[in-house]
Amino acid sequence: MSKVLKQTYSYLFLVPAAIIYLIIFIVPTIMSFFFSLTRWTLSDWEFIGLQNYQTFFEETALRIGFKNTLIFALVTCVMKVVFGLLLGVFLTSKIRTKNYLRSAVFFPTLVSTIAVGIAFSQMMHPSQGLINKALGFIGIAGPDWLGDTSIALLSVAFVDVWKGVGFATVLFIAGILSIPDEYYEALQIDGGNSWNKFWSIIIPLSRPAMNSVIILSFIGGLRQFDLIWAMTKGGPGFATDVIASIIYKQYVSGYFGLSTAGNVILFLFVTLLAFPLQMYLNRKEVSL
Amino acid sequence: MDEFILITTEIPGSDEGTITMNSQGETNLKKNFLMLTVCTVLAVSILSGCGKSNNDSSNSATNGNATEKPVEKVTISLLTDNTQDFANVAKAVIDAFQVKYPHITVEHETRPPGAEGDNFVKTRLSTGDMNDVFFYNSGSLMHALNPEENFLDLTNEPFMDNVIDSYKPTVELNGKLYGVPAGSTMGGGWFYNKKVYEELGLSVPQTWAELIANNDKIKEAGIIPVIGTYKDSWTTQLIVLADYYNVHALNPTFAEDYTANKAKYATTPAALRGFEKLQEIGEKGYQNEDFLATTYDTGLKMLAEGQGAHYPMLTFAIPVLEQNFADLMDNIGFFAQPGDSPDQNGLTVWMPSGAYISKQSDHIEEAKLFLEFLTTAEGVAAWSSASKPVGPWAVKGVEVEDDVAQVVKDMLPYFEENRTVAALEFVSPIKGPNLPQFTVEVGAGINDALNAAKGYDKDVEKQAQQLGLEGW
Repeated sequence: MSKVLKQTYSYLFLVPAAIIYLIIFIVPTIMSFFFSLTRWTLSDWEFIGLQNYQTFFEETALRIGFKNTLIFALVTCVMKVVFGLLLGVFLTSKIRTKNYLRSAVFFPTLVSTIAVGIAFSQMMHPSQGLINKALGFIGIAGPDWLGDTSIALLSVAFVDVWKGVGFATVLFIAGILSIPDEYYEALQIDGGNSWNKFWSIIIPLSRPAMNSVIILSFIGGLRQFDLIWAMTKGGPGFATDVIASIIYKQYVSGYFGLSTAGNVILFLFVTLLAFPLQMYLNRKEVSL
Repeated sequence: MDEFILITTEIPGSDEGTITMNSQGETNLKKNFLMLTVCTVLAVSILSGCGKSNNDSSNSATNGNATEKPVEKVTISLLTDNTQDFANVAKAVIDAFQVKYPHITVEHETRPPGAEGDNFVKTRLSTGDMNDVFFYNSGSLMHALNPEENFLDLTNEPFMDNVIDSYKPTVELNGKLYGVPAGSTMGGGWFYNKKVYEELGLSVPQTWAELIANNDKIKEAGIIPVIGTYKDSWTTQLIVLADYYNVHALNPTFAEDYTANKAKYATTPAALRGFEKLQEIGEKGYQNEDFLATTYDTGLKMLAEGQGAHYPMLTFAIPVLEQNFADLMDNIGFFAQPGDSPDQNGLTVWMPSGAYISKQSDHIEEAKLFLEFLTTAEGVAAWSSASKPVGPWAVKGVEVEDDVAQVVKDMLPYFEENRTVAALEFVSPIKGPNLPQFTVEVGAGINDALNAAKGYDKDVEKQAQQLGLEGW
């Protein structure tokens, strides 16, 4: 066996995966960069330079879209971290129905997003919905959760948190369980209380889990589409439009080149926000 | 991009084998890897480019006269949207068709309606999976499907002579005809509850001001004057779209100028009126309390049961009303959206969807027989047996029967007195996709009429540019 083959044969094993990755990811990605510069009808294209990008940035609802995307990502991300952490701590403590509760918390993650969206939009009906009926029972007149433009986006964000917090909790549970017992023993010797345990051990040492939750839910929030579409379709008017729903509407209208340009912009937007965030978070990670 | 993924995922398995065969020379390995990569990319691009043209060979088999020789059994497929009404119609028409042509079996498939359905149809056309025959909107939406590329040209088919002339422009592009009417014409205007009108002593309004006066009286009586169903945002466009008769009466060249980028909604007062009328309905609080969360189905129920007096809607709502509120049908009437002067009062008409044949069909002759059947009295009768017409038929010499809904009877005078005009979306290829969002904003008071009209003009501009129209 020659030297070259010895050095390189192992790459052969990568080939199948590489081909699949190439065909279903790299090629379409490169093609999308190209088609974003064309007027495209799927069967026919015409090169029009950067005009799609110009049109995309002139989109009436785009400012709302960017704003909503950021708000949605931040709100869901923060809430998932906070509730995920609290639930994680709670579900790793000494309680009896721990396993049952863990399943219960994780359960919403398993339900189809569309089903969740439809169910909640029924429950959020202003007069016939379960939520406002329950509020009415205790004498509170609930708002029109999805119709009032000032809270519609937050209502959807709330549902997204309800659905996604289970996954965050599982990550936190894993992170908390991986903290070695020595730290807790040291805490006992030093006479620390539960607050110290939470603040000085659990939070810094579950940092890797927290970083994963932050990154995953932030990127997920930036790209959020299915839940918003199932609940409000970006409405009323354009009040809950996010970048992804704007792109989808362009795609449905047959503006294939334009929506491809939108996807390239979304890709860059997510990368520009998520990449520095990840770098920052990684630097702050403490090794165990 | 989804289409490309669909096509490309099937390839890799078949190509992986080649690497072992090519690897006899060790030094060539790197080169081979590169070659393989390049080949795969090429193969993929060639395959995805050619995916559409693999059906041409099979058409020649069915060119003979179908009755002469013992004919092969053929199955064609029909795609319609998935509403209950279309399910009933498709069954009735297919049954009658199969009795007439026993050698053809028609399989019925459904798709979602609305924008989702558009997407479905476009994806099927672009991946070459389209059914032999499919029902789809006529007018501007049909133009967006690139008919020259995807639809079979029917211009010289003898059965096209059975179609009324006013329908033809809606399935025409560059002098060629692509479809036959699938259904009856329909009107866009105001459904009203006759019982409410009787009880309050109101009469059908001839002007917008009279309609507003009626609304005030209805509101005083504690009944909802106008039903708003904004949860299904498409329903909010009606007041703007059904106003087209009035736009046309004041600006007969609006459609042409609009298509040629010379007239705008925001700067043409007659066209802006539609948005203003909607704003007035919203501002005066005529709509039901939960209009933002109310659905189309609920709206129909409110209308039939008299909780609401008016519902601006297309008459295609009749079958659903008949199915669910058969005993209340006599209470439901219809009038065209009035203009500002009593002598320009007429109806904006929606032409029926078209039945088209996919160019990629393997059974073009059988598909043509199906379309021909739709343009015969038999075909119309079969259709009518499952779903009564929602307006006059678009097939020559076929009259509506006596047992049609009161709503259709209310429409007939407009047709008889020639006070109708085809809706803008049938005479101009441009209809901005975001109109429902803008009309929701106006009707809900989020935006005013002028700003929404300006926004809609921009939306239209974008579409015209994307369609590559002249002058934009």
